[in-house]
Amino acid sequence: MFLFVVISTSITQWQLFIFYFSLILLTLTVAKIPIKLAATRSLIEIPFVLFAVLMPFFGTGEQFSIGPVDLYRAGLLAGLSIVGKGTIGVLIAIILSTSTTAREILRGLEKLKLPQLMVQIASFMLRYVNVVTDEMERMRVARASRGFEATGIKHWKILATAAAALFIRSYERGERVHLAMLSRGYDGVLPHEEVTKVSVKIWIKALTLPFLALLAHLLMIVWK
Amino acid sequence: MLEPSLKIEELAFAYPDGNQALFGVNLVINKGERVALLGPNGAGKTTLVMHLNGIHETTHGKIFVSGQLVDAQDKEGLKKIRSQVGIVFQDPDDQLFMPTVGEDVAFGPYNMGLRGAELEKVVTKALALVGMSEYKDRPPHHLSFGQRRRVAVATVLAMKPEILVLDEPSSNLDPASRRELADILRSLDVTVVMVTHDMPYAYELCERAVILSQGIIVADDKTKNVLTNEKLLKDNRLELPVGFSIN
Repeated sequence: MFLFVVISTSITQWQLFIFYFSLILLTLTVAKIPIKLAATRSLIEIPFVLFAVLMPFFGTGEQFSIGPVDLYRAGLLAGLSIVGKGTIGVLIAIILSTSTTAREILRGLEKLKLPQLMVQIASFMLRYVNVVTDEMERMRVARASRGFEATGIKHWKILATAAAALFIRSYERGERVHLAMLSRGYDGVLPHEEVTKVSVKIWIKALTLPFLALLAHLLMIVWK
Repeated sequence: MLEPSLKIEELAFAYPDGNQALFGVNLVINKGERVALLGPNGAGKTTLVMHLNGIHETTHGKIFVSGQLVDAQDKEGLKKIRSQVGIVFQDPDDQLFMPTVGEDVAFGPYNMGLRGAELEKVVTKALALVGMSEYKDRPPHHLSFGQRRRVAVATVLAMKPEILVLDEPSSNLDPASRRELADILRSLDVTVVMVTHDMPYAYELCERAVILSQGIIVADDKTKNVLTNEKLLKDNRLELPVGFSIN
């Protein structure tokens, strides 16, 4: 929800973005997430930043120069917008993933009425990602044990075959898991956690961030 | 007289590709018996097991579990059969698919309609039976293979089965885990069908042994008699491990 507010803010209202960033910093502190951890994890954003940096150089419309370079105003704004909003998005995702376990996120999604089937698929993914990566690792070891080292494009064929084998193995495992599920009476519904009542307090806590952001946004509009 | 736990009459089965796996199997297993199902690879053991709870539809012959006909068309009846025939599959990673051990054990009883405190009680009891109570909230992939096998047994025990069917229960277990599992199986008050290549394990746990070979039952006797009949074993590609003898 916080993100919706952020996205709907125009980049020209730069004061608001400073406010959003300080809100996020505050959340990071409250959630006891080390800033360094958040910073390293945000590195994932870099490709998008590079793209955004290029944007001011290409574009149409109003131009202006800083020293020897000509920049396009629209491009600059769009670029800034991507960097600003992107960074906020990434930071929020980091806060969610470090402060909440994957299981809780799934349970949350279920509560937010995401279709059962999707929640089930995601939870199976969570359960089997280790099994499949282990299998992948064993296959790599088996290849390496027979003297294979992937070094260049000519080895792609072998890697592709291995990937196909992994896919088939995973598919067959899927079938066996399904059999095991049927054997224990599965009929399309996974057991629900007993629905724990979410207290008003938690709701208020959870809504603080988007509420503050929205408030600031609205104040800006009124103020103008 | 009590109905036998399992009664199989003239069961035959061919896979859709025409490969016939079973050629008329007859077998009666009484309540409380522990029976070893022996046979070489490709004898049809797994195919037989898949019939016991209606995963494979019975195309020829009849199977009764506690007197009730296994009928893949009868959805309600099948649900009951599946709670009565508990299959422990060979690879525990196939069997344990829920995020935590506790939830996995709860999966079967939940499908049978248990909820709340009652469900909790069944789960606690099943985990206690296999000595895995303190692992309830752990994800399965953090357990050792032996522990996962034990949890797999618990997931089935939680459904209070009439028959416990184990597919290669001792495979890939270290000697201590193998013995611990044997102790657990011995402590259970349930009919057991154990598919295995582990002859000493069969001898240790089962008083009766059945050999399935090329889709039919070729021997059905006391485990001791079966395992001391060298010709019978040899004819069916079975052998005792070197150094192991039964007096």
